Parts: sequence; structure tokens; C-alpha cells
Amino acid sequence: MHALTLPAPSHYDEMLLPSGAIRPHYQPFANWLHAQTPEALAKKRAEADLLFHKVGITFAVYGDEAGAERLIPFDTVPRIVPASEWQMLEAGLRQRVSALNRFLWDIYHDHEIIKAGLVPAEQVFANAQYQPAMQGLDLPHGIYAHITGVDLIRHADGGYYVLEDNLRVPSGVSYMLENRKMMMRLFPELFAQYPVAPVAHYPTLLLNTLRHASVADSPTVVVLTPGPFNSAYFEHAFLAQQMGVELVEGQDLFVKDDYLYMRTTVGPRRVDVIYRRIDDAFLDPLAFRADSMLGVPGLLSVYKQGNLILANAIGTGVADDKSIYPYVPEMIRFYLGEEPILHNVPTWQCRKPAELDHVLTHMAELVVKEVHGAGGYGMLVGPASTAAEVEDFRLRVRANPANYIAQPTLCLSSCPTFVESGIAPRHIDLRPFVLTGRETTMVAGGLTRVALKAGSLVVNSSQGGGTKDTWVLEA
Amino acid sequence: MLSRTASQLYWMSRYLERAENLVRMLDVTHSLSLLPQSRGALTELAAPLAVTGSLDAFHARHSRLDSEQLFNFMALDQDNPASVLSCLRFARENAHAVRGQITAEMWEAINASWLEAKEMPRRGIPSVSAFFDWVKERSHLFRGATYGTLQRNDAYCFIRLGTFIERADNTARLLDVKSQLIAPAQANLMPVDAPAESAPDFYAWSALLRSLSAFEAYHAAYRDSLDGRRVTELLILRPDVPRSLRACCDEIRAILPQIEAAEGALDAGRHVKQLAGKLAVQLEYGSVDEIMALGLHDWLTGFLTRSARLGEAIRAAYLEAN
Repeated sequence: MHALTLPAPSHYDEMLLPSGAIRPHYQPFANWLHAQTPEALAKKRAEADLLFHKVGITFAVYGDEAGAERLIPFDTVPRIVPASEWQMLEAGLRQRVSALNRFLWDIYHDHEIIKAGLVPAEQVFANAQYQPAMQGLDLPHGIYAHITGVDLIRHADGGYYVLEDNLRVPSGVSYMLENRKMMMRLFPELFAQYPVAPVAHYPTLLLNTLRHASVADSPTVVVLTPGPFNSAYFEHAFLAQQMGVELVEGQDLFVKDDYLYMRTTVGPRRVDVIYRRIDDAFLDPLAFRADSMLGVPGLLSVYKQGNLILANAIGTGVADDKSIYPYVPEMIRFYLGEEPILHNVPTWQCRKPAELDHVLTHMAELVVKEVHGAGGYGMLVGPASTAAEVEDFRLRVRANPANYIAQPTLCLSSCPTFVESGIAPRHIDLRPFVLTGRETTMVAGGLTRVALKAGSLVVNSSQGGGTKDTWVLEA
Repeated sequence: MLSRTASQLYWMSRYLERAENLVRMLDVTHSLSLLPQSRGALTELAAPLAVTGSLDAFHARHSRLDSEQLFNFMALDQDNPASVLSCLRFARENAHAVRGQITAEMWEAINASWLEAKEMPRRGIPSVSAFFDWVKERSHLFRGATYGTLQRNDAYCFIRLGTFIERADNTARLLDVKSQLIAPAQANLMPVDAPAESAPDFYAWSALLRSLSAFEAYHAAYRDSLDGRRVTELLILRPDVPRSLRACCDEIRAILPQIEAAEGALDAGRHVKQLAGKLAVQLEYGSVDEIMALGLHDWLTGFLTRSARLGEAIRAAYLEAN
């Protein structure tokens, strides 16, 4: 019925074994798929497009004048994660995020891990994301990263690896929630066959996490957005609405007598917790970028007096920097005395001469990234690049080696995906969201991003990636 | 509620109401321009431009005023900030900024309207009448979604406040322009309150009533032929005609106490409530004789000044507070 293209044998496919047989947890889905006509499925996909458009689940692409708002393509083949795999992932995520929070507390207090010689001092203190203003500041419960998004991939060996940690303002959780709503609407019959763990309670968990972050009795929580022109504005509005809190912009807030207030129709009202969706640099024009129109003058002084909680805290970027990433397994051993459950991708640090040599020699086989880059910008995928592009990047790395790391070209696992010719394997990753409050919580799921171009390994929505619903099966 | 949020909700509904009233006005202009007596009647065509203050902008872009140019400029021209399309865009932009405060149904209604509208200049429209009906339908849909789904809270109040402030303003302007078009023609022959016996007058008053969906109400209320005096009474003083000035001001006066207020003297809304109360009382106890004695145009000018003052007070008390 459907043209199902087989995956290349070089990587792991979520649904198909190399022989072309179906993996057991995908069998019910495969049976269901076999019974559908291509026309009926095409109709469902068109319906999904229309619904997403109407709901306005859009994102803005920077530097794209015409497409001020675009839909993220949604694929209707789910990514299915067996219960046993999720149990391992969840334990690994708890462990990793816990160590990262301990690391942040440490580098803004006694620097034990540096004194122990495990992380070089210059990697921390010379890092542009390190915020000296945070040194010695005690945050309630010692939590820095209340919300963490961890990007995972599955390699050819079938194992999961952490590609990067996102400790600043990780986005995408609204797509996780909306994708599930869409799949339940389009294909309710599939949910009768699969015990899919629910994700819809995420906003409740988030609100609890934010409330707990404050020591105030009945804290007022708000979501701070840069405004409707931000690429993730939909998500900011969505989360504020789902949590039942105000969505504020910098202009709605002001500082008076060491407290932060919002302007309301009944006068000023105090704000205790900000779930901020703007970067450190824009938070307070008096303390950081003076040209920021997005922040609130004086916010940092309120924060330093302990009269305000920011989630995430200021200065978390130093821990998700690509130059710090190679040290996370050491952090887990150092702070928790445990062996890491989730593995890092092997990483060459170009700032080390021996590793730089290796990178320069093998550049055409490697993925080379700027240590401060994000969103798929400023990176080279060696095998997918022309000789000229590789040469150009080689010059850039040589000019400023400390600004780059390199990793082997990973075989991201693939998942069957609707494409023009039918259903073909496309590469995917996974971003679960971890909440740290009174306890560490997460919903069983995450955002699965898919690279829609054949062979492409870049899943970022800004680079033509799409999303899938992620089904974690209950045991 | 955040002052900015209140402001965006209020302007969202004002712009949507304005779009609807604009097509009502264009509709009446369009039907009158089809009458043999009105062919080439420039004053008739210029009315929508005069009401929206767009005469200069139109002449800067177009050398000749005809119904097609008028329609293109006032309906589909995205560069004209007073056009229907621009109003729909502003409404949608405001809705986008407060989408967390409105229901999914409301957002989908307003967003889908804009997505469809913005393609119209390129794709073309089946007919002007179909366009007028479409805009009214989309406005009804949004209002229905608001009525049927939104929690009765401050957001609901500010949305409705925007609707009635805008509607009162638009009805007054429409009545002013149309009565001036009809009155001078009659001035030499008969008093303005004489029955509209000539066919052009009949069509002019009935088109005005139809554009405000008040034609049926007129007949139910008076069971008599059309005349300017009764039309004036209906559109200004009747409390049971949803687009009359009286009905709009009654709504405004009823909405204001429902908005959450600070205690006692701190209540910035007190001044607003006073102004709204005065405006409503004046209509409640006014008579058509007084209006005619003063002259309809002068009376309406006074009304527009007072309603603008009310709008200003709302802005100061709620929308740009602190």
C-alpha cells in the first residue's frame, strides 16, 4: 500500500530492523498503517496542517523577510520509545541535570571542581557566559536550572548519547504538547492500541516548579517574553495561558523600593517569580546590555537582594556551553559519586593542540561547531560539505581554535517519515524537558525533531526541520 | 490584568468593530451608487472617505473617484491604514499579542479571518457584496465565539468596552455624513422631518437603516413610512436597537462597574464611570425635538466630542495605568 523506503544499514532505525522486519513495539502501528489508504492519510496530514495554521502554532525564522511566521512541519508517524528505554533515559536525565545544578552552585561559590583540577579555571571564568554578578549569591534551594532541555540522539550502536544540554531558555515544549493533542485528534484508534504515557500535565508541573522556587508564601509567577516578534512567542503565550499566569513584556514591569512590580488595570502588583524567555544579556539594561529594550532597569538589584526568582537563574549558560560539555561526565562522578548513565558524544577540544591537529586532519569526516553557537548556525558537517566549505572552515578554526569543538559525524537514528515519494527514513533527535524544584520531575516524552531533507542530520526548525509526536510507552 | 493586555484586548475589538462598520458603510454607498439618480454622485462616493478622514490620502493616490477605486482603496488597500484589510490586520496583531487571554475559538476565528483576507488583494474577490457579507460574517463569528466561550472576566469587559465605544462612534459618524448628504437636497423643498416621499430619499434612508441592520426594527417600531426624523430617533435614542447610540452607551455604563477596581479613592475608573453615566443619561432623557432644534449635525458633533473624551478617560484609567 505504501512505498516504505528501507533505511541505510549504516544507522539505527527506530521502526525497522536491518532485515526490513518491524521492531516489536512498532508492529501494531505497522499493521494499522498497512490498513490505511494513502489518500486517507494524505487527508489527515492536510487536516493537521490546516489545524496548526488556524491555531497559529508558528515560529519566526530570523533573516527571512517573506516568511515572518511559518508552521513547523509536523509528521504524523510517531516516534515510539519502549518503557525500558525511557526508564534508563529518565534516570540518566535526573542524574545529569542534578550534577549540572551542583556544578553551577559550585562555580558561583567555592570552585571545588576547579580546585580539584577537573575543569580548567579559564574554561569557566573566561567564558562569556560566566556572570561574575552571580558569584557568592545564594539562590533558594540552590537551584540554577529550573527548566532543562537535553538533546539526545541514538547512534548506530543503538545507544543514546547526549548531544547538548540547554540550560538557558530551552524551547519546544509547546510542540511536544500540541503534537500530542493533534495525534489524539487525528488517530484516536492508535491510542486504544498503545499505552502512551500522557504529557498534558507538563504546565502543572512547570507551575509547581516555579512556585517552589520562591520562598514567598503565595508567589506571583509571570512569563517574561521579548514580545510577539520573537520566534518562540507562540510558546510563551501558550505556557502562560496553560499555567494561568500573566505573560509580561519588559515594558509591563518596573522596580520600586527593591521589589519588582507589574503595571495592571488596578495599579502595581508585586512579582515574585519570572519564568523568563529572554537571554541574560537583555534582562536589565543597567547591568547588562544598555541597548536592551526587552528588560527591566534595576531588575538585577532586586534579584541580588533575594526579592525575585528568575527561572532559569542568571549565568546558567556557562554550564551548557560546548566547551564545558566534555566535562559533564566528570561532574557526575565528582558531585554525585556515580558513573554517568547517559553518555557524551566523544568530543575533540580544538583549544588542546593535540586534538586540534586531529580535527584539522580529519575535518572532512567530522562535525565542527562553534562553542557558543546555537540553532544549527555556525557549524560544519564535514561529510555533507564541499571541499571549499571544509577549507573555509579549516581557516576559521585555525584562526581561533578555542572557539571550536569537533565530534564524529554521528549517525542519528532514523524514523519513517512522510515525504513526497511515500514513507522514507529521516534522521531524528529527542529533547526531553527536566524540571528541578522541590523534586526533579519530567513528563514521559519530549520533542522529537526530524530532518526532513534526505540524508540531512540538521534537525533545527530554523534549518528546515520538522517535529513528530513522541510516544513513551508505559510499562 | 496587565494594562498593556487590557489595551490590546480593547483595540482588538475596536478594530474588528471598525472593519465591520466600514463594510456596512461601503455597502450602503455601493447600493446607492447603483441607483440611476446617484450615478456619478461624487458626494455619495466621498462619504466613506470623509467619515474615516481619508479624503486627502485617497486623492494623493488616485486621480479619479469612482466606485471601483473607492472600493479598492477602502476595502483591500493594505497601504491605507483605514482600509478594512488594515483594520483586520491590526485586530489580528492585537489578538496575537494577547492570545493567552482569549480562547482558542476566538483566536482561530480572528486568525483565520486575517489569513483569508490577506490573500484577497492577490486572488481577487467574487464580488463586492460577497466581500461585505464575508466581513460581517467573520465579525459575527468572532463576537459569537467571545460570547459563547470567554470567561466573564476583565478580558471580556475590555473586549466589549472596545466594541461599544467604537460602534457608538461609527454610528454617529455614519448618521452625520448621510444626513448631510440627504438634507441639503431637501432643504429648499421641505423640512428635514417631512416624509421621504421622493424615491431618492426613500432609498437613502432605507440604505442607511439597512447598513445598520435596523430596517426591520424601524418598521416594527413605527409601522409607518420612512422619514428622517424617525430614523434619527431610532438610531440615536431607541434603547432596543443594538447599533443605536443609546444602546451602545447603556452597554458601556453597564460594563464599567464589572471591571475590577482598586478600593475607594484609588479607583482610577471613577472618572470614567461619571463620564459614561452622563452620556447615557443624556440619551435616556433626550428627545428628538431637542436634537432637531439644535440641528442634527451640531448635536452629533457634540456627541462625538463627549464620546472621544470618554475614550480618553478609559485610556488614562486602565490602558496606560501607573
